[in-house]
Amino acid sequence: MSLKLWTLSFVAASFGFYLLIAWLSRVRDTSGFYVAGRGIPAAANGMATAADWMSAASFISMAGLISTMGYAGGMYLMGWTGGYVLLALLLAPYLRKFGHYTVPDFVGDRYESNVARLIAVVCAIFVSFTYVAGQMRGVGIVFSRFLEVDITVGVLIGMAIVFVYATLGGMKGITWTQVVQYWVLITAFLIPAIAISFKLTGNPVPQLAMGGRLLEDGLPLLERLDGLHSELGFASYTEPFVGRWDKLNVFCVTLSLMVGTAGLPHVIVRFYTVKSVRAARWSAFWALLFISALYLTAPATAAFARYYMIQSLQGRTEAQLPAWFRSWRQTGLILWLDDGDGRLEYYGGSNPAPARQNEIFRSGNLGSAERAAVEVDHQRWLDSSGVQGADGRQVLSAKGLSGPDRDIIVLATPEMASLADWIIALVAAGALAAALSTASGLLLVISSSVAHDLYYRVINPSASEGQRLAVGRMVIGLAVVVAGLLGVFPPGFVSQVVAFAFGLAAASFFPAIVLGIFSKRVGTAPAMIGMVAGIGFTASYIIGSVYAGMPDWCFGIGPQGIGVVGMLINFGLSLGLTPLFPAPSQKVRDMVESIREPEGAGPALVIESAPEH
Amino acid sequence: MTQDPIDVHDPEIVSAIDRYWRSNVRLMTVLLVIWAAAGLGCGVLFADALNGFRLGGFPLGFWFAQQGSIIVFVLLILAYGLMMNRLDARHHRELERIRRIASRSGEGPTDR
Repeated sequence: MSLKLWTLSFVAASFGFYLLIAWLSRVRDTSGFYVAGRGIPAAANGMATAADWMSAASFISMAGLISTMGYAGGMYLMGWTGGYVLLALLLAPYLRKFGHYTVPDFVGDRYESNVARLIAVVCAIFVSFTYVAGQMRGVGIVFSRFLEVDITVGVLIGMAIVFVYATLGGMKGITWTQVVQYWVLITAFLIPAIAISFKLTGNPVPQLAMGGRLLEDGLPLLERLDGLHSELGFASYTEPFVGRWDKLNVFCVTLSLMVGTAGLPHVIVRFYTVKSVRAARWSAFWALLFISALYLTAPATAAFARYYMIQSLQGRTEAQLPAWFRSWRQTGLILWLDDGDGRLEYYGGSNPAPARQNEIFRSGNLGSAERAAVEVDHQRWLDSSGVQGADGRQVLSAKGLSGPDRDIIVLATPEMASLADWIIALVAAGALAAALSTASGLLLVISSSVAHDLYYRVINPSASEGQRLAVGRMVIGLAVVVAGLLGVFPPGFVSQVVAFAFGLAAASFFPAIVLGIFSKRVGTAPAMIGMVAGIGFTASYIIGSVYAGMPDWCFGIGPQGIGVVGMLINFGLSLGLTPLFPAPSQKVRDMVESIREPEGAGPALVIESAPEH
Repeated sequence: MTQDPIDVHDPEIVSAIDRYWRSNVRLMTVLLVIWAAAGLGCGVLFADALNGFRLGGFPLGFWFAQQGSIIVFVLLILAYGLMMNRLDARHHRELERIRRIASRSGEGPTDR
């Protein structure tokens, strides 16, 4: 069977399975639609949370990112896992005890204000759309790379699948589908990692093998990698704070991602779906355990693939180049523009010898026509010894396209480890599972923010159960279409706005919720002023820095890490203003008292068992 | 959730809930200090210094940033879950005791 046929059958089989689960878990009430009837066991919720959390970016791009950044890549690993400790300790059990449907629910009820609720709704929708656009694009890219269909067609197929299982099964359908998607994506990630680890070191456990010795020459892998990097002019792989990433920025980005993770609405709502407070704590544990299976493996894959890539390319002639290089060259993820000596040379920024130049590039956002033009011009330039045409190396490095695309690390690893075609097909199914599971979780947050928080809690509080469910389904359908459109016509800012999503979540939700639980004194006005100031500062700093070319005036902290400062502003203003404003009502103080205590009783339980829920 | 609702204004119950909350906050503080020390401390702030030491084939700071901190995070949540299970059970027994005493005194002293 050919690779394409394998891929097609794997993708079709997994999609059919997702639809079957959706049909089996279709729901008839809002509790099922928003929080899966609160009947999900902790371990299953952990798997669903893990699949929800690990997006197309975690699956396809993260290992590649670490592979080019070395030590500094650790900030993504720590940031995207450390947030779960905050979730488990500071948020999940209490929000579960509070027992509503959404994050704006908590903000609105705790601060007794529909304005606060609306601020939270806007943030939740903005954060979720930012994120979901990238996922839909990811689906399209996977389809186009593995099945050679147009990106647009890929996005449309992904939309159709998500549309069916999200509208039919709501949170319940999404959760059980995510459980399956977790296993698809983790299997697809681990098999190539184990294979390349075994091939290079003889040790099948990537996490240990990363610190082990190479079979080839008996030297420690990381030492060898550091050696290669300094020889070829790249920043050291294991040494921290070299190049662009100084200590302050690594610190701020790490902390910003941690706090942002804990404040992301699609992660928080997962803890509403379990049976009890205790189950909420345990499901945070299971979630991080399942997530760590990928996050502990990714840095190992990054190091192996980095070493193997350099080894199998550097100094080779066209005839000696490996097969994986040829197949991925066609996609433009890696390009070779030779200087005329017929040998491939791959160098980093700090050039070891001025006479040598890097010859490895990627096509990035260039269309196929533009890419072909650069290659033709380069060939003419070579043939005419620089009289005609243009040096493609100069052209591409001026466009910032030096070095291979980072996605190649995960996508080409199965071929580097010479695995069978069906495993490569499995990687395609895994990448799709990662993108779809995250997209569906985000779409549900959008739907609940609009249908529950906006329509039911603000616009029409007397809506019947049936009306609310219908609106919920309608909004999720609409959101799928908008997300799909964002995937087909990606706004130029998508790659930068992920930092935006985390920064915003860190500066808005996290302080508001933590203060709401751990203080009975913080009232409406200070919390709202804090939230607005935190969001305002973070948003204007990121927009100014990314679009207006503003210098990083705040102690040199870049836009990715600025969420920490926004969070501090929010905490500082809320706490500083609290003594000047009245304390919350007795009802709110009782509510806070009751969510701190796991034994039932108190107002939260009354709300939960009240007739309208 | 089948028990009688707890009266959050009963002074004995308030003090039981208060004790539970304070133990919870104490435990949380300890775990968060470890969290910060492992992730932000060993993984970032002291990473350059720790890289002078080795753990197997890993420079130690690098290992913390890409492996160690994640392992510590998983263990922290596990520890919190286990300890809170115990604390929850103790809290439950305490509330039961208060409730038993309350119902006994309601039935009058002829019981004994």
